[in-house]
Amino acid sequence: MSRTADVELRNVSKVFDNSVVAVDNVSLEIEQGEFFSLLGPSGCGKTTTLRMIAGFEMPTSGEISIEGRPMGETPPFRRNVNTVFQNYALFPHMTVAENVAFGLRMKRIPRDEIARRVREALQLVRLGGFEDRYPRQLSGGQQQRVALARALINRPRVLLLDEPLGALDLKLRKEMQLELKHLQMTVGITFIYVTHDQEEALTMSDRIAVMNAGRVLQVGTPLEIYERPSSRFVADFIGESNFLDGRVVELNGQRATVVVDDRVPVPARAQDGLAIGEQVTVAIRPEKIRLRSLGTEGADGCVRGRVEEVVYIGTDTYYLVRLTDRCTVRVRVQNSQNRLDSSETIGHGEEVLLSWLPETAMVLKT
Amino acid sequence: MALAERVETPSPPPANLATRLVDWVRRRSGVKLSLVLGPGAFWLLVFFLIPLGVVLAYSFASRGAYGQVIWRLTLENYTRFFDWLYIRVFLVSVWIALLTTVICLVIGYPFAFVMARVPRRWRNALLVLVMVPFWTNFLVRTYAIMLLLRNEGLINSALRWLGIIEQPVTMLFTTFAVVLGLVYGYLPFMILPLYASIEKFDFTLVEAAQDLGANTWQVFTRVMLPLTMPGVVAGSILVFIPSVGAFVTPDLLGGGKVVMIGNLIQQQFLTVRHWPFGSAVSFVLMAIVLISTMAYFRVGGERRV
Repeated sequence: MSRTADVELRNVSKVFDNSVVAVDNVSLEIEQGEFFSLLGPSGCGKTTTLRMIAGFEMPTSGEISIEGRPMGETPPFRRNVNTVFQNYALFPHMTVAENVAFGLRMKRIPRDEIARRVREALQLVRLGGFEDRYPRQLSGGQQQRVALARALINRPRVLLLDEPLGALDLKLRKEMQLELKHLQMTVGITFIYVTHDQEEALTMSDRIAVMNAGRVLQVGTPLEIYERPSSRFVADFIGESNFLDGRVVELNGQRATVVVDDRVPVPARAQDGLAIGEQVTVAIRPEKIRLRSLGTEGADGCVRGRVEEVVYIGTDTYYLVRLTDRCTVRVRVQNSQNRLDSSETIGHGEEVLLSWLPETAMVLKT
Repeated sequence: MALAERVETPSPPPANLATRLVDWVRRRSGVKLSLVLGPGAFWLLVFFLIPLGVVLAYSFASRGAYGQVIWRLTLENYTRFFDWLYIRVFLVSVWIALLTTVICLVIGYPFAFVMARVPRRWRNALLVLVMVPFWTNFLVRTYAIMLLLRNEGLINSALRWLGIIEQPVTMLFTTFAVVLGLVYGYLPFMILPLYASIEKFDFTLVEAAQDLGANTWQVFTRVMLPLTMPGVVAGSILVFIPSVGAFVTPDLLGGGKVVMIGNLIQQQFLTVRHWPFGSAVSFVLMAIVLISTMAYFRVGGERRV
């Protein structure tokens, strides 16, 4: 299935008056009907990128195209995109119905068609019957849905969402995440979603662009981003990672061996262009590591260590294991047994063996 | 000995007394209310309501041969007002006040807008600029305007020196001069409430409206103006009321050629010495202001929600 790019950014940069580089040479292709997330810490340029697509900011250099048409200096009201703002930006002097109808009124659509489409839009976000309320009479989640209806009623080519769930409490946020994803699949509109919440991005997105300091570091599906982070920042920002600094000593096809602290050889997945002797960092997720008591030595790819800390968090148990004087790793083990009954628990101070599948450990160049 | 004993018995510390007093006030909401409202209410009663009652009583009295007030009750002072001579004065006053209000609004809104949008340090500078005229006497400032507008004044001299005109343009003692003086005098009363309203306005709503396809004019009329309406209403009332009753400005800048209600009242009290008629005109003015303000509140309030 070949899809066309709905929104395309080519070498887009934004420098503000105070010579702060907010967005630095970003190129992205966002496909039609895609749920695309811009993920990064605050100040990484994700909101500025979104605002440039909406037309609230103009790029200092580079080109933004929507539906294949270069946007240039096109003002926001002539772009076929709509935005859901972080604080919703509902018009406080208008009722829910008037808020939702605003876009169609501006386009001078006949009155009865507006009425019909407002009803449909409110039904879509499950707010039928709220037409005559004012925004201040609604809860945060309801206001959120009005903002969605107000944007979607215009049937935009692309919907831009700027941390729309940021102001909601955790439980409601989880509900709205699924609802949003469901809505996006129903209407089939391209969503560009800005968030700093990695879990939110992983849950909803078809693809994610991870940004930091104005640059796009990696673009990929949630699976690719999580399982194959291309840089230390991505590995650290999304999920949890152990970082082991070392030197490549052996390369064997897909497999590399890296010696940590000149003493402990660890297995990892080799990437292209790696050379023997190169200084690298191995990134390994805590849940990918298996932990066993000493005694089954000789198994392939095992690393020896001593347990320094055991933290029980209900679903899992965290172990802090020291490999060398300077190097510890966190291991996350799912509590599949009842730990009250089990006699084979690993305790503090115990010597253990760590192992992992080489392809779960990423070699990152430093 | 009795004295010594009394000294030794610990009297309650004054702090305790104060606490008990505060507690007592707190328990009785009526007492609390009268303490809060009392001074203001007293002031209004003595210096506003009582004089107002005196003027109201005068307005039904008659004038004696030497200008004294005679207590022969009559409605004549009110019926006399419905003479074209006075109706005209009334219409001119309302017209000038309306013109002043609209001009203040048109000048003041952009100014207040800019003031609310510039960086904070600039904002204070602009605010001071608005307040500076209050530091000098209004009369002095009005004389200064006269110096500008006179036939031999700064403006005419400059225009003649530049060769744009040959004969001086008459500006002083015209409606133009009066409106200019009033706008100059009351502009701050328009700007300050507008600024307070616009400063509170959430400018992401502008982006939201633009995003939904509204052009600049639509953003202003559909979103910004309705939401800053409280400032527009407050500013307009603060300008209209003193303008419609102004007498110093039309006296000096109108030079007797532009007569407003304020001048009429002043003349009746001081020159003609017909206090009852002056009182009646004062009450007519008050009625005009009251009715127009209420009507305006209703219209302005409807759009606000």
